[in-house]
Amino acid sequence: MSSLSRDEVARVAGLARIDLTPAEIDRLAGELDVIVEAVASVSEIATPDVPATSHPLPMTNVFRTDEPVAPLDRDAVLAAAPAAQDGKFLVPQILGEDA
Amino acid sequence: MSTPDLTRLSAAALADRLAAGDVSSVDATQAHLDRIAAVDGAVHAFLHVSAEQALDTARDVDGRRARGEELHALAGVPIAVKDVVVTEGLPTTAGSRILEGWVPPYDATLVSRIKAAGLPILGKTNMDEFAMGSSTEHSAYGDTHNPWDLDRIPGGSGGGSAAAVAAYEAPLAIGTDTGGSIRQPAAVTGTVGVKPTYGSVSRYGLIAMASSLDQAGPVTRTVLDAALLHELIGGHDPLDSTSIPEPLPSLVEAARAGASGDLTGVRVGVITELQGEGYQAGVLARFHESLELLQRAGATLVEVSCPHFRYALGAYYLIMPSEASSNLAKFDGMRFGLRVEPTDGPATAERVMAATRGAGFGDEVKRRVILGTYALSAGYYDAYYGSAQKVRTLIQRDFAAAFAQADVLVSPTAPTTAFKLGEKLDDPLAMYLNDVATIPANLAGVPGLSLPSGLSDDGLPAGFQILAPAKADDRLYRVGAALEALLEQSWEGPLLAKAPELEVAR
Repeated sequence: MSSLSRDEVARVAGLARIDLTPAEIDRLAGELDVIVEAVASVSEIATPDVPATSHPLPMTNVFRTDEPVAPLDRDAVLAAAPAAQDGKFLVPQILGEDA
Repeated sequence: MSTPDLTRLSAAALADRLAAGDVSSVDATQAHLDRIAAVDGAVHAFLHVSAEQALDTARDVDGRRARGEELHALAGVPIAVKDVVVTEGLPTTAGSRILEGWVPPYDATLVSRIKAAGLPILGKTNMDEFAMGSSTEHSAYGDTHNPWDLDRIPGGSGGGSAAAVAAYEAPLAIGTDTGGSIRQPAAVTGTVGVKPTYGSVSRYGLIAMASSLDQAGPVTRTVLDAALLHELIGGHDPLDSTSIPEPLPSLVEAARAGASGDLTGVRVGVITELQGEGYQAGVLARFHESLELLQRAGATLVEVSCPHFRYALGAYYLIMPSEASSNLAKFDGMRFGLRVEPTDGPATAERVMAATRGAGFGDEVKRRVILGTYALSAGYYDAYYGSAQKVRTLIQRDFAAAFAQADVLVSPTAPTTAFKLGEKLDDPLAMYLNDVATIPANLAGVPGLSLPSGLSDDGLPAGFQILAPAKADDRLYRVGAALEALLEQSWEGPLLAKAPELEVAR
């Protein structure tokens, strides 16, 4: 398996929407490379005949009764938001100027 | 001291005195608040102390008791709650700057149950940021110190809850365990911690790290107290779709039965792969002494092999970061918590999100979110996440084979005693190895309990882990209470009585 280069860490940090400083990218590249190498051993025994498990106790079709319940209080939710206006979350522009 | 110190009582003993009317909940709560004021400057188990609300609850319970109302067995017994559990009206940060000052508009289900039963909530306990760590050093709000030696780690991620209980700041606390965050802190602080069966305790209102692994549970000083608290917070919750829709087994009854010390006919499986290399000699010595005690109590020991456990750490450090990278995507600076605008260029939502997370997340959270994003990214998914899920199947099969031979499985909880603060902070992989014995239970969803097995050669507590099949949490309490009773006979008291007295601030 490939190791994690500095460029790869920067690319993945972009996907994860985390701004990193150049120093952070340098440090993470070294650390993540060691970690990825250590965890890559899983592929040794993950042969095609082994089914995958996503959940410890399988459950399917969990429903509740279709009855309306009170949602959280709007003002209480907005009180904890970084910014609010007119009973709504106030957020930055979604698209850049050129879009 | 002329009056008995209420902070030294177990939750069960305190509950008995409250029920008998010997003490009031206000007195018991105030005694713990005083203890927090006296020692928490040094221990730093709490991120927030909610004295007024706790005393209000205590007064209410005392009033209801005086009026002869029927109350829950633990009514009036104070409790501390890990800061990853949301509490309406009390700040909840999960140990992160990104949630600094956030006051949730709702309660986690387990908190609703605690409030309904009338347990005064003393405050919120310190933890590694978003429960990511094994030492509580990844908290954005400073280290918690181990009451046994203030220069050492209290374990993690629930170091605050374990330290609070070990330092007599609370008789009960709530923890959460994704890979060992209840059991490993219990081991290194000489306390008791239980990770219930996945789905035994509702996850509604836990700030999720890895949804298929997270489980809340009790942090206490005795096995019986853990059973009492587990029965209070556990059971089906329609708000959590993975909650088990059936009643809990009788946990308190199992703990009381176990305390007789008779384990005739119980088959105890000793896991070959969770001992030996990497385990401190004193930890192994205490483990083997405990095995002898179990045998003397009538249990049969069998050696069981779980050959895929050596891949568990690798599978865990792929599955957990993958799920965490998805769960933590909600911290986008839009609806709650921190919002940071980029220093230059257009302040679009996407750039605000990246700036917010860059400023608001600590090193370990960045490490895991980026690792998880990488493991899930195109071209790597099958090799990493896909393979890890297959290992999960193999580990479940190991457990199934082992439980065909034994009623419970046992191992040391953690390979070493508490290490020095700072010792492993620069070596993430060394830090991850602390959870080598606790992780398999999370991957398979089975319950696990840690109780103190004695002091290692360095004079620090070691932990003994008991694992049971899914939904058979009662076995943990039966075997745990029996071993606890036998060990305490040999020590002539609880292990915590051997801890150095903390200097009390005046």
